[in-house]
Amino acid sequence: MQFASFVSTRLGKALLVMLGVVVINFFLIRLAPGDPAMVMAGESGAGDAAFVQNLRQQFGLDQPQLVQLGLYLKGVASLDLGFSYRNHVPVLELILDRLPATLLLMAAAFVISIVVGVALGALAARTRYRGRHRWLDGVIMTSAMVLYATPLFWLSLLAIIVFSVLLGWLPAFGMENVMAGLSGWARIADIAQHLVLPACSLAVFFIAVYARLTRAAMLEVMGMDFVRTARAKGVPAGRVLRVHILRNALLPVVTFAGVQLGQLAGGALLTETVFSWPGIGRLMFDALLQRDYQLLLGIFLVTSAMVVGFNLMADLLHRFLDPRIGSGAAAGAPG
Amino acid sequence: MRPIQSSLRRMLRAVAATSAALMLAAGSSAFAQTRGGVVSMIVNPEPASMMLAMNSVVTSQYMGSKIFQGLLTYDANLKPRPELARSWTISPDGLTYTFQLQPGVKWHDGKPFTAADAEYAIGKLVPAVHARTRVVLNNYMASVKATGPLTLEIKLKSPFPSFISMFEVGTIPMLPRHLYENTDIATNPANQKPVGTGPFVFKEWRRGAFIKMDRNPEYWKKDLPYLDGLLFYVMPDAASRVVAFEKGEVTVLRTADIEVSDLTRLRKTPGFEFHAKGWEFFSPTFHLQVNMRKPPFDNLKVRQAMQHAIDRNFIVDTIFEGTNRAATGAFSATEMFYEKNVPQYPFDPNKARALIKESGVDLAKAPIKFMTIPLGANYDRLFEYCKQMMEQVGFKVTLESADSGTWASKMSNWDFDMTLNLPYQYGDPALGVERLYVSKNIVKGSPFANNQGYSNAKADELWAKAGGEMDPFIRKRLYGELQGILARDVANQYLFDIEYTTLSKSNVKNVVTSGHYLTDSMDTVWIAK
Repeated sequence: MQFASFVSTRLGKALLVMLGVVVINFFLIRLAPGDPAMVMAGESGAGDAAFVQNLRQQFGLDQPQLVQLGLYLKGVASLDLGFSYRNHVPVLELILDRLPATLLLMAAAFVISIVVGVALGALAARTRYRGRHRWLDGVIMTSAMVLYATPLFWLSLLAIIVFSVLLGWLPAFGMENVMAGLSGWARIADIAQHLVLPACSLAVFFIAVYARLTRAAMLEVMGMDFVRTARAKGVPAGRVLRVHILRNALLPVVTFAGVQLGQLAGGALLTETVFSWPGIGRLMFDALLQRDYQLLLGIFLVTSAMVVGFNLMADLLHRFLDPRIGSGAAAGAPG
Repeated sequence: MRPIQSSLRRMLRAVAATSAALMLAAGSSAFAQTRGGVVSMIVNPEPASMMLAMNSVVTSQYMGSKIFQGLLTYDANLKPRPELARSWTISPDGLTYTFQLQPGVKWHDGKPFTAADAEYAIGKLVPAVHARTRVVLNNYMASVKATGPLTLEIKLKSPFPSFISMFEVGTIPMLPRHLYENTDIATNPANQKPVGTGPFVFKEWRRGAFIKMDRNPEYWKKDLPYLDGLLFYVMPDAASRVVAFEKGEVTVLRTADIEVSDLTRLRKTPGFEFHAKGWEFFSPTFHLQVNMRKPPFDNLKVRQAMQHAIDRNFIVDTIFEGTNRAATGAFSATEMFYEKNVPQYPFDPNKARALIKESGVDLAKAPIKFMTIPLGANYDRLFEYCKQMMEQVGFKVTLESADSGTWASKMSNWDFDMTLNLPYQYGDPALGVERLYVSKNIVKGSPFANNQGYSNAKADELWAKAGGEMDPFIRKRLYGELQGILARDVANQYLFDIEYTTLSKSNVKNVVTSGHYLTDSMDTVWIAK
């Protein structure tokens, strides 16, 4: 019951957040000089004033802004995100076309960064716990610092040059080999191959973050009483690390994972650009340059829904990892 | 199919052996073409559609021209050649154009292409939606009529000799009447699944990734095209584009898609071929556009000083590493009726300073905002160079970067001090150049009008006269005189003629075969085994 009310309250808030996102962005993007009609004239290298005015009429941009907003909200309420001015294709279709690529890249980068980051962080903390191989801690933390500070696009280009151009191990761009016309497992393997470089490049920054977070949290937990108790009871060191320390150190990691997913949901523009990955980040960037208001709003709406959803998931996971959260505070039960 | 092909090849080989000299004169293309293979290219930016009448973005033209065709094509000297029209006549008074269309041409959906399609495209569709062409058609065309199944007659209101230069596919594309008539053109599904008469058939468009076209087996030119298909990759990053080309995954490359330093390197790399030709029809120019309505550029001497202050040869030789061509005036050197002998402004900062002094204008009181758009690293250097050279002679310049939407909007509303423009000239001055200088085109609402506000009554008179003059020799004289005036008045700051060039892998043959490479159908391109 308590759980249900928690979820429904959060969903209600989420709807409000999304409404805010739409309304604020509706006006915000109209502040940029130029409109879709003007951009199209500019790109065409021609276009007289009457022609541009015609386009505006066609797009419904000649109506008062509040009327436009009302029409848009009415459409959204019935799950109609409208027509892209520029592409003359329903916005939802454009977004759904590109969303799978983004989700795939995002999921891959997310898994890689969590698994590798937490593992490295735990390894570094372990050297401290055992007091052996302290140099390894230094190596891991220094590399994490370097990766943390390396610009993504530079790293991506370097990865292309090394792994694709020089070594020839991995494809340099795109999501699949179009020429080969593969299907079934061969196609899946091909896409996986194309995924390696962009996903790893995108993950690197977050690996560094998770490694540092995990290590710091574990070191903190190590000094706590219940760990001392466990050690005194004679629990094996490996089990203390895994069960007592790591699990309790995961809370900040989960918090940050929610943030990371939120960031990734908007697409990883740089990664998608460098690797020609057909994701939603590029769609958004193009829509911005082309002043494709409808499309831009549609993307904002979808990605904000995803961010809200991911944060909700992170909160639920918190409650699972640490049952005191929520129940404790809400019911005022003793800790 | 195959025996005919191989016997043809054998025959051609025999011809080649007996008259090698003749073959050389005809170019390397005439023998031993092999069928098959896919040519892959790059589109950047990804256009909204390939519907050529509605979308004149360069990449849209690049792709759409493989699917759609025009009545004519043009060679490097801008002479018309038959395409969907196999012959044509122009009446002596210059008012009636009659086209005989190719028989046996079919749309990709199997319906026949007839004069009724052409009548609809030229009479209804293009005048309604084509950003550039509609103005000319609405101004000059009196009527268009299919007088037979394959005969088309166009009547003009007044003589307009440039009209014959307008039938390239990007300017007046032939579009299927049976799919467009009585529909809402903007939302017609055929815009996304184009149906044309060209050598390649639309197959698939994965947005953000690639566009695929297959060979048209029913193509009306016998045994063509040689290729099995075309592939266009959507690649937004210049460095990745170079990698894709060097790795051989892209085989034909518009060099505008990469940085000049990479072009310089790849030109010297064995295995690649460089094509300088193919842009004569478009002959784009690069100029700085200054707002002549306000100080300091309302003063002629200041404008002349600025032309002296910037070294055009330095721009071409150093900033662009030898590509492009220093401008001599308002017309590109590959434009029809180009005149070389017009007043010149050689690089001379001292002269520039003297002219500014003479003008009496206090440049410190008229600071200039230079609105630029992102066009790549070399152009960024160019903008910095212009600023620096102008400041050396006393101008106060700040660079202000805008995206293309902002640029188009500010340009259209005359809300700028100084900016740049790189319009295409479309072969005939009446089509591409006149619009930038004639005073009746000082109108808001379009970035490609006379936005700088240049006005000269004598020039207006010459534009009108030359545009309607049927005698090419008199036209040449009139346009020559005009170019002199435009140079004297510095109606724009002419910097260079843009040479968009092409790189291809050496085994791809026949890459450039016309004066409008961008909108070539590529039906004779082949890959050597």
